Amino acid sequence: MLSSLLTSMPMDNDWISFDVVALGQNFWSATFDGLTFGSIYALVALGYTLVYGVLNLINFAHSEVFIIGCYAVFFTLSGLGFGPNAPHLSLASIVLNLLLALIIAMIASALTAFLVERVAYKPLRKRNAPRLVFLITAIGVSFTIQYIIRLIRGPNAEPAVTMFKPTPIFDVFGTIVDSQQLVIVVAAVIMMIATERFISKSRTGRGIRAVAQDPDTATLMGVNKERIIIITFVIGGILAGAAALFYVMKIPSGVQYTGGFVLGIKAFAAAVLGGIGNVRGALLGGLLLGLIGNYGQILLGNSQWTDVVAFVVLVLVLLVRPEGILGTSLGRSKA
Amino acid sequence: MYRKKVVTTLAVAATLGMLMSSCANQAGTATSSDTGAASGKVNIPALTKIDTPADAVLPKGDGKATCPATTTLAYAGAETGPNAQLGINIFNGIQLAINEHNAANAGCQVQFKKFDTEGDPSKATGPVTQVTTEASIIGVVGLPFSGESKATGNIFEQAKLVHITPAATNPTLTENGWTTFFRGLGNDAVQGPAAAKFMTGKLGAKKVYLVQDDSDYGIGLGKTTSDALGSALIGTDKVTTGQKDFSAVISKIINAKADAVFYSGYYAEGAPFDQQLVSKGFTGTFVGPDGLKDDQFIKQAGDSSNNAYFTCPCIPGELIPSFETAYKSLANAEPGTYSIEGYDAATVLLAGIDAGKQSRADLLSWVKSYDKDGLSKHYKWNDKGELQAPTVYGYKVENGKIVPVGAIGE
Repeated sequence: MLSSLLTSMPMDNDWISFDVVALGQNFWSATFDGLTFGSIYALVALGYTLVYGVLNLINFAHSEVFIIGCYAVFFTLSGLGFGPNAPHLSLASIVLNLLLALIIAMIASALTAFLVERVAYKPLRKRNAPRLVFLITAIGVSFTIQYIIRLIRGPNAEPAVTMFKPTPIFDVFGTIVDSQQLVIVVAAVIMMIATERFISKSRTGRGIRAVAQDPDTATLMGVNKERIIIITFVIGGILAGAAALFYVMKIPSGVQYTGGFVLGIKAFAAAVLGGIGNVRGALLGGLLLGLIGNYGQILLGNSQWTDVVAFVVLVLVLLVRPEGILGTSLGRSKA
Repeated sequence: MYRKKVVTTLAVAATLGMLMSSCANQAGTATSSDTGAASGKVNIPALTKIDTPADAVLPKGDGKATCPATTTLAYAGAETGPNAQLGINIFNGIQLAINEHNAANAGCQVQFKKFDTEGDPSKATGPVTQVTTEASIIGVVGLPFSGESKATGNIFEQAKLVHITPAATNPTLTENGWTTFFRGLGNDAVQGPAAAKFMTGKLGAKKVYLVQDDSDYGIGLGKTTSDALGSALIGTDKVTTGQKDFSAVISKIINAKADAVFYSGYYAEGAPFDQQLVSKGFTGTFVGPDGLKDDQFIKQAGDSSNNAYFTCPCIPGELIPSFETAYKSLANAEPGTYSIEGYDAATVLLAGIDAGKQSRADLLSWVKSYDKDGLSKHYKWNDKGELQAPTVYGYKVENGKIVPVGAIGE
């Protein structure tokens, strides 16, 4: 017994050692990768934040909304002839293929989000169920979708679909920024800015904010609450669909029935870190969580620390600011 | 109005993104050919045949066996779960052995039952308890993975139910004082040093970076391998089960200028790791143990897997023509890793049943004193349940298939 315990200990005797040299050497590559992943977290985090803002509901099924998007990307691209190896196609056809995959993923995710809302949450809302019931339902829906996927597609990850081979674009202090990182970060940030402007400027956005602030008064003022709720879920789904394309771009073999779960938890944490219910908070929280996890694992010497570091920082931030970094609610956010 | 604007913005953003990526792709296609023929890759020719023992015990026996109709053998292990393919390879091997036995022995129709553990130590105790409570089950092949074997060894021990693992390689498994546990292959105390020797010898690696996962298997093998690597080991890292993004590990490996990476774990993480490693520009060799040696690895890693070598205490069953044809007609697939080990383990138990050892106690003492050739190797266990003469094979990826390159570490 003792001998088996001893051999299962980590290889190095000092458990926690700070490898500052390694962090120095890998600082920039850790930063770029952290930002890339952070952008994906942020896009998914928006879905949590929007729904929470409007319904005070933590929609745990959002991670499955995301993974359905990943499957849509996988099916579209593999149907178009993409496989584990980077394709040799002309510029125009790749643009079209990826755009098509993006649109289909957005539709699939938005549709899933819509169905989850209709099937799981609306009946509960009609019966004025307590909030705890919504939470448990959300977890139940999450597992149900996961296992439906598993029944259909089996337990193995889908074969990789590589969209393009990342190539160096420019150098920052000797570290290469590649096309993949650049595409993901730029596209994700543009989408988030668009969402933010939509929420703060458009008529529907005003409706969303009104329902978030005070659903009863908003209804009295002529806002159709049910319609707003559906729109909120659908926007979350569209963003999750976009996140799905970027995720598969970054991790071509990441399409698996459990693939959304951990990412969903991280994105939820990002939403909380930035201040749940706050659109800009989701962006900030996502990028921070991506960076912190990456720095932490290099500083502490191995990848098993990624999540530990990220969540310890989350706890520390919440101790100081329980409402998150930008913690004003969706309803109160001015912008 | 505003919604329209937003949709337009989204579309523009997406298009811009795609354009950038496509430009990148065009530049990429020009260079993709040189990474395929990875620089410094040593070419070791593939093995085309292996010798089988002339008097190997086969499941069909002499055809005169009799046994009660309730006689049952069981497989306990992964049928589903992220690393299910290794389990599927095994139970198809067992099924083949039992089919051949039953076809030849009209008077002894052995039943076969499967119990799914998902390969997960926390889920394995339930199915295994179920196995031990079914009185008709007198012998078990399984469990395939080290973590679940560690979690369930005591249950088998209490029920005095003999079980032969066709795949679990963690060395400490035989140090628990269990009398019912038998290992049908070499353990990682053999595989680790063999892998180290393979990398620094045949593959000519000078700087090896070792990455292990958090399973009992990965940790155990990581230790025996890194001990044997000595000064050729230039760095280590650890990843978690279920991890999909390896960018931080990869940047450390590339900065350390490693010429070989050893990944101690299973293919569910190993495949995306290798894929990301190569797409970040790593041109060295990628070496993994038996947990990676599966077609799923190639399927998930794509062209990147061209730099991969494997070590495995398993025998290439596909090079034994009689076994290969029979397996193919049963499973509609080539024999996989551990198919032949599953087949051989079942054969040991079936031979016991044919010899009249038809209770748990009799079958246990039969396995203990067993000393005969199987199709893949000689089976004779020491008092701890370890095989006395294990071999480790090297494998490589060639034209999208895993092919053996011969015994290593000798």
